[in-house]
Amino acid sequence: MTKVSMTVNGKPVSGEVEGRTLLVQFLREGQGLTGTHVGCDTSQCGACVVHVDGKAVKSCTIFAAEAEGAEVTTIEGMANPDGSLSTIQQAFQDHHGLQCGFCTPGMVMSAAALLAENPKPTEAEIRDYLEGNICRCTGYHNIVKAILAASGQDVAVAAE
Amino acid sequence: MYAFDFERPTTIADAVKALSAEDAQALSGGQTLIPTLKQRLASPSRLVSLTAIPELKGICVADDGALCIGAATSHADVAAEATAYPALAALAGQIGDPAVRNRGTIGGSLANNDPSACYPAAALGSGATIVTDRRKIAADDYFQGMFETALDEGEIITEVRFPVPEKAAYIKFEQPASRFALVGVFVAKYAGGVRVAVTGASEDGVFRWAEAEAALSSDFSAGAIDGLSVGADGMIGDLHGTPEYRAHLVKVLTARAVAAAG
Amino acid sequence: MPKDHGIGASQKRREDVRFLTGRGRYTDDINLPGQAHACFVRSQVAHGRLNGVDTAAAAAMPGVIRVFTGADFEGVGGLPCGWQVTDRHGQPMQEPGHPVLAQGKVRHVGDPIAVVVAETFEQARDAAEMVDVDITELDPVIDMKAALADGAPKVHDDLSSNLCYDWGFVEDNRAAVDEAIRNAHHVTTLELVNNRLVPNAMEPRVAVGDYNFATDDSTLYTTSQNPHVIRLLMGAFVLGIPEHKLRVVAPDVGGGFGSKIFHYAEEAFCTFAAKQLRRPVKWTCQRSESFITDAHGRDHVTKIELALDKEGHFQAIRTETYANMGAYLSTFAPSVPTWLHGTLMAGNYKTPLIYVNVKAVFTNTVPVDAYRGAGRPEATFQLERVIDKAAREMGIDPVEIRRRNFITEFPYATPVAVEYDTGDYHATLDKLLEIADVAGFDKRRAESAKRGKLRGLGLNCYIEACGIAPSQLVGQLGARAGLYESATVRVNATGGLVVMTGSHSHGQGHETSFAQVVADMIGIDENMVEIVHGDTANTPMGMGTYGSRSLAVGGSAMVRATEKIIAKAKKIAAHLMEASPDDIELKDGRFSVAGTDKSVAWGDVTLAAYVPHNYPLEEIEPGLEETAFYDPSNFTYPAGAYACEVEVDPDTGKVTICSFAAADDFGNIVNPMIVDGQVHGGLGQGIGQALLEGAAYDESGQLLTGSYMDYAMPRAGDLPSFTIDHSCQTPCTHNPLGVKGCGEAGAIGSPPAVVNAVVDALQRAGHSNVTHIDMPLTPSRVWAAMQG
Repeated sequence: MTKVSMTVNGKPVSGEVEGRTLLVQFLREGQGLTGTHVGCDTSQCGACVVHVDGKAVKSCTIFAAEAEGAEVTTIEGMANPDGSLSTIQQAFQDHHGLQCGFCTPGMVMSAAALLAENPKPTEAEIRDYLEGNICRCTGYHNIVKAILAASGQDVAVAAE
Repeated sequence: MYAFDFERPTTIADAVKALSAEDAQALSGGQTLIPTLKQRLASPSRLVSLTAIPELKGICVADDGALCIGAATSHADVAAEATAYPALAALAGQIGDPAVRNRGTIGGSLANNDPSACYPAAALGSGATIVTDRRKIAADDYFQGMFETALDEGEIITEVRFPVPEKAAYIKFEQPASRFALVGVFVAKYAGGVRVAVTGASEDGVFRWAEAEAALSSDFSAGAIDGLSVGADGMIGDLHGTPEYRAHLVKVLTARAVAAAG
Repeated sequence: MPKDHGIGASQKRREDVRFLTGRGRYTDDINLPGQAHACFVRSQVAHGRLNGVDTAAAAAMPGVIRVFTGADFEGVGGLPCGWQVTDRHGQPMQEPGHPVLAQGKVRHVGDPIAVVVAETFEQARDAAEMVDVDITELDPVIDMKAALADGAPKVHDDLSSNLCYDWGFVEDNRAAVDEAIRNAHHVTTLELVNNRLVPNAMEPRVAVGDYNFATDDSTLYTTSQNPHVIRLLMGAFVLGIPEHKLRVVAPDVGGGFGSKIFHYAEEAFCTFAAKQLRRPVKWTCQRSESFITDAHGRDHVTKIELALDKEGHFQAIRTETYANMGAYLSTFAPSVPTWLHGTLMAGNYKTPLIYVNVKAVFTNTVPVDAYRGAGRPEATFQLERVIDKAAREMGIDPVEIRRRNFITEFPYATPVAVEYDTGDYHATLDKLLEIADVAGFDKRRAESAKRGKLRGLGLNCYIEACGIAPSQLVGQLGARAGLYESATVRVNATGGLVVMTGSHSHGQGHETSFAQVVADMIGIDENMVEIVHGDTANTPMGMGTYGSRSLAVGGSAMVRATEKIIAKAKKIAAHLMEASPDDIELKDGRFSVAGTDKSVAWGDVTLAAYVPHNYPLEEIEPGLEETAFYDPSNFTYPAGAYACEVEVDPDTGKVTICSFAAADDFGNIVNPMIVDGQVHGGLGQGIGQALLEGAAYDESGQLLTGSYMDYAMPRAGDLPSFTIDHSCQTPCTHNPLGVKGCGEAGAIGSPPAVVNAVVDALQRAGHSNVTHIDMPLTPSRVWAAMQG
């Protein structure tokens, strides 16, 4: 066991981990941050996406020890400081961009990473960026719409 | 995963030392290795992370014009910063998905040499040089079949040097599930001739299509390979495509890559 | 003007805030004090004699608490099947046992053999590798027709063969159908496969068993669509725990699509082991494990024949289907290829004679059961494909041939035992042609051709039977359960309501839409209504969420209970205003006396019910809480028309969906936004089936598509934005809301549109020999078809 320290959602945290402890395990089991989900074991579904030093990564495919000293943001850290939904979160609710909610944390984290890189993405760019986030409920239609809306663009991408 | 010790050295020398232990394994971005460990298909006694070594990261242009990429440079960084070699940057930007590209590295990909990975096509198609902690290996000597490379035990790739071609393009046809290349073709036109490297298709891993190189070296146009064909012998056959289909795709994608290279 | 509240309003979902902020509570988020972890040892071969299991080495591993094997479950019941089909000859289906842990044999890759329970999951997994399993491999049966051949290895030694049942429907029609086909002007024949799918709800299954030895109470937290059904099946048939000593909780559940209806061995194991060990026992499925343990869907091999007269009127349909059951009968497996499939073979059309034959087959594969649509996609696919083929063969426009055969008068009794109450198939088809801009197709096709792409247009209609189901009818058909739903409405003293429903919500948004209904009935703010579901300890008996039944059946129960509340509240209001209950009207949350200006507020009445100082105690009890059970008198019949445009790359065979349009008739609609979302999701799964998804086994019974590396899940880039419409509304005639259900429509209606479109593209490009391609239409398959 070794000690690992990092900043999670702005708060310094540390804990004892094994070499094989994944970041997602450290977050869920060690920190009780269960908003980050595990939906596969082949690093494809994206339910576990968090930001490490500002970049979207799959927290199931990075060891906790590799995040030593890093700034980690999870879905629990995405709301506004007053607790209200952030622009992206609000857009997901407004446009029904989630159903069962399981993939949603990863979707929101990927959407935030996309908009940080590309503030006005096209529909095609959004769909391409979500390559690593699988949703089984929504057919992606309203997720795409929510991200377009969050970027301040017209959401009339399809007939209602 | 089986239990293992974890080390995170900050210099190449320390990394080489750490890797000298029995059953030690290098960990770069981990985007292939970690899923493999989860399935318990590997059981290293020690994992040596290479991602905290500053000298393994970064992109620069050498005096001879070659683009030099540190082995632990992420796909995302190559996609964004390898502006001197647009076809290579474009290839890096198509690997996996954005989160995978933020972690996965060029060195990790080349060391693993997955038969469906993208980077081996770029390295072989560019005649790149694989620089390690102890030597330089020409791409033509480096790839030795599926998951097989010229690397010795404990040898670390430190840098990859790509001669920059006049024109180049990579066309990837994705396997619908994994999004690895079902077939990918990298075409690069140099003053000395054209190189065509194919990934995803062959049971022997990445390979050069010599007939197409010859035809394209005398006439760099998509039509130049019209009369050629690729045999299905030795091509991968699985539920995503028969050997015949893959052989067919090699030709289709080569023509498209030539057209895209312009 | 869209409504801003109540029934018909696109209310934002109240569920969303917790999911968007990481505050959902899924089963894997539950960790109980003292919890131990289970890791299953599973068969790695498809078929084998289990000679012995040596657990000694595993038991000695660090952290191991106990290793369980099949021997620990002798005397414990097996996993029950909830539906008994009767075959063509009046005999019951062959029904094998289904032990919690394998006994004597293993029958599919993934069959559980032993379980290690340890302090941590990694310790359990480490020890699981040390369990020494002695198996003599046997030849497996994977292909259904081979499984029925003489001398084929038997999956279950105690059964006479691998044939579960040979079902004929309607058997009395058989001779007349044969005769009609013999004498028909034209017969179109199509052989096709409805590909096996892996449901892949994004949340893998999880079970946490808990036991309180002081009270002898067992609790199971599980990823279920129907916690009461699990309580009944597991309590009564497997573990022998009476319902009052067994609580089943399904908290937030991350999608189900059918796969979380069924009672699984892991649920029984964790409940059992928790009692044995007097510790909570948790099992979390790994995704690769879910591929070999969650019930799969579809997997039919069918030959369909359609007889037509010279004008293209349908005369008769005859189908023969081989339906894969897998190695065991999952909870509702026998009903899927029979009653959920055969009864839909009339589709939207007046075909006078229909005969459906289904042979259900045991194979050494994962059990197959209901997956989104369940039987109805299989019916729709073969019917709408064969109609398209017939239209082409007879030179009739595919729209015209459908119109010529539409059912136009309702109610309509089909020759396959169901009565459609209402519908307007011309209306949805008209709407489809409009929203899909079918008139502009030729222009778009020419534009595609300029880019070297082959464009095709496919369309189809569909009908489904939802609102499952009238209990007496399904009882006659072999169901071992009733299929009513229940609700309890509890009004609190200050006027707020808690509605406890047996319908579980795992993405469907019941917490929002159900509240809209109740608030609308009373005329109060929706925030005064809380919807509670998912816990047998605080909800009345419920049959759960599947078969697009929640609003039609669960919502109807809630309406009935609310009606009882309103009736009682009116009596209280009448007393308060010294009027006759018959004169009391309820509007916008106020009770008034007709023809007067006297009124009392909803809150005044609810307070009186709990503070009965001025109250007719001699006539009615205090309090305001009512329960209703609702058993539907018929199925509901959502229907519609779908259109797909594709481009095929002639060089690679890759199919791109250019557009997809859906015009549905769901009857009345409570929350249009949620309905849109349900359709989108169904379309995503249906298009996934058509283009990407397909579980494949090799000859030895190894699943070749055992992870997302080989099982192609639809990504955002694989799908277009959809054009959908549900303005055609013929309300259901027999439930109080006039609703029909919308959850499965997209998955039922979309696969034939996609395949019709690809065949159309290839036909138009001169590939006249391509009349069908089996799903999924992968690039390699489409390319191979083009090579002739």
